[in-house]
Amino acid sequence: MSQRVDERSVEDAPPPPGKDRAQYGVCAFLVLVGVAVIVDGLGIPHITSSTDPVGPRAVPVILGVLLLLVAVAYAVDVARGGHGEPEAGEDVDLSQGTDWRTVLLLIGAFVVNAVLIERLGWVISGALLFWGTAFALGNRHYVRNLLIAVTLSLTTFYAFAIGLGVNLPAGVLQGIL
Amino acid sequence: MDNLNNLMQGFEDVIAPMNLLLALIGVLVGTAVGVLPGIGPAMTVALLLPVTYGMEPVQAFIMFAGIFYGGMYGGSTTSILLNTPGESSSVVTAIEGNKMAKAGRAAQALATAAIGSFVAGTIGTLLLVLVTPFVVDFAVSLGAPDYFALMLLSFIAVTSVLGASRIRGLISLLLGLTIGLVGIDAVSGQQRLTLGVPQLADGIDVVVVAVGIFAVGEALWVAAHLRRKPVEIIPVGRPWMGKKDWRRSWKPWLRGTAFGFPFGALPAGGAEIPTFLSYATEKRLTKHPEEFGKGAIEGVAGPEAANNASAAGTLVPMLAIGLPTNATAAVMLAAFQSYGIQPGPLLFEREASLVWVLIASLFIGNLMLLLLNLPLAPAWAKLLQIPRPYLYAGILFFASMGAYAVNAQPLDLFLLLTLGLLGFAMRRFGLPVLPLIIGVILGPRAELQGRRSLQLSGGELSGLVGGPVSYAVYAVIVLVLAWPLVRRFAVRPRTTVA
Repeated sequence: MSQRVDERSVEDAPPPPGKDRAQYGVCAFLVLVGVAVIVDGLGIPHITSSTDPVGPRAVPVILGVLLLLVAVAYAVDVARGGHGEPEAGEDVDLSQGTDWRTVLLLIGAFVVNAVLIERLGWVISGALLFWGTAFALGNRHYVRNLLIAVTLSLTTFYAFAIGLGVNLPAGVLQGIL
Repeated sequence: MDNLNNLMQGFEDVIAPMNLLLALIGVLVGTAVGVLPGIGPAMTVALLLPVTYGMEPVQAFIMFAGIFYGGMYGGSTTSILLNTPGESSSVVTAIEGNKMAKAGRAAQALATAAIGSFVAGTIGTLLLVLVTPFVVDFAVSLGAPDYFALMLLSFIAVTSVLGASRIRGLISLLLGLTIGLVGIDAVSGQQRLTLGVPQLADGIDVVVVAVGIFAVGEALWVAAHLRRKPVEIIPVGRPWMGKKDWRRSWKPWLRGTAFGFPFGALPAGGAEIPTFLSYATEKRLTKHPEEFGKGAIEGVAGPEAANNASAAGTLVPMLAIGLPTNATAAVMLAAFQSYGIQPGPLLFEREASLVWVLIASLFIGNLMLLLLNLPLAPAWAKLLQIPRPYLYAGILFFASMGAYAVNAQPLDLFLLLTLGLLGFAMRRFGLPVLPLIIGVILGPRAELQGRRSLQLSGGELSGLVGGPVSYAVYAVIVLVLAWPLVRRFAVRPRTTVA
């Protein structure tokens, strides 16, 4: 097991970039989640009975405490220079920084679909999603992408919603499709 | 031979034209999606799960068996042609497989992978038929404390045996347990972590979690670091093997199967260790040691067989105890649950016909895979050239469709995005995703079994230690936890075997 990991890290990982301070953000996140779980857990009425002597509170509280402990242990690990290997892959180029513009555009396309799916229906919102994500990822064939997007959303709607009975809303196109 | 009769009945149920068609579609779609770069078997199954939502359970599982083996095979094609293993289990296949492809022997590498997968899958499924009834008999005798101990072992194993860093595995597990906590407590009916949102009362669907962490997380991660140059694809003809290749392949297939199945069937198994062991063994036994590292066919045949046999092996604890040991089994378990079916010892009594249909479909899907993939390999290889913007746009498109289809509520799409961002962060910080998925699925059930154990003892912690099984399991847990200390003192000198 350890051999394999070693071999991989030699082959495809970039050299360790010094101390990775952003990891303290993960610690903060874990503390936040831990506190939230404990607070929520303590807010649950403490109901126990002969069939359930533990009640619904115990597990959230234990889990919250574990989260806090792990946050501390992680902080110690980071302070000692520990860092995780960012995931590599054939399409992944880790030598460049993170391309936040693409990520934000993708999130935008995603949210547009989530907001519009019930109003406009899957065929329209799904096509927008595909077109928007392809744009975000740097494809600039606007017309071709629109054709692909509409074909894809129409095909999936007919195949899955009508053919296989999967839940997809028709939205404003109700009655037309 | 009751089981044989059951299996025959299973075959009879599957061999109807409509069902065979579904199996064929499952194999085709599973392979097609599994071939796409960056999509491993678990993600394939998660993405395709919603496709089956409108079907009857029997039809759905026939298709699922095809998707399961198709996704596995698709993943190995990608790792051979592109050197991009979609899941850690095909890492070893990629080592020699990609070298073979680069040396102009892609056709032979694909052939030995396909035939080896078939051999291992068939033997593995046969072993599944033979072994599972014993495991069921064993599992029936287990009480709540034993189950609790077994699940605890799964948690420990998935965080500390697999993966490079224990602390990072533990973080992932705890986040998964937290996600699993959301919803109404099954025992007391109290809402936990629902923030007053009524849609969250039923909890966050495992499919949404799996698709969010695997598919959306992966797409966002790749998008943020997209390599802006065309990928080089190795051209392939129709896979074939010469006499010499057969002679060099058949023993590694069988040895790989022998490694793969038992590891897959263990509660702490997985495919990483057996594929690696198989590789190391073939390297030691080969008559062509000079080829290793440059594309030795044994190095593809063995690990690929081990990978598939281990996949069949993971179905043993998944079906008989309800314990998933890898990501694909975890998603399969979620598929059962989405039909209101709980895997475990009672499954074979309550849903016997369904289980045997699933097992029969595994045999049939495996055979179809072999017949299809030898001629279709060049077509699959073309899929690797799909422009990356379309590939990742397509992944997000199908991920959204699937997540919405689970409950038909837009809230799930926002959850999907949030989980996708979590998956993104986990990839950035090198946190493994498997412990999270296992935590989401097993967390609520571990809590239930733990509380049941304490109910028997009236709240005394001693209730957690039940029969001999729980003692044994706790002993294994102690061993697993103490192993790094032991290794530090005992096995230090020989850490560079590879």
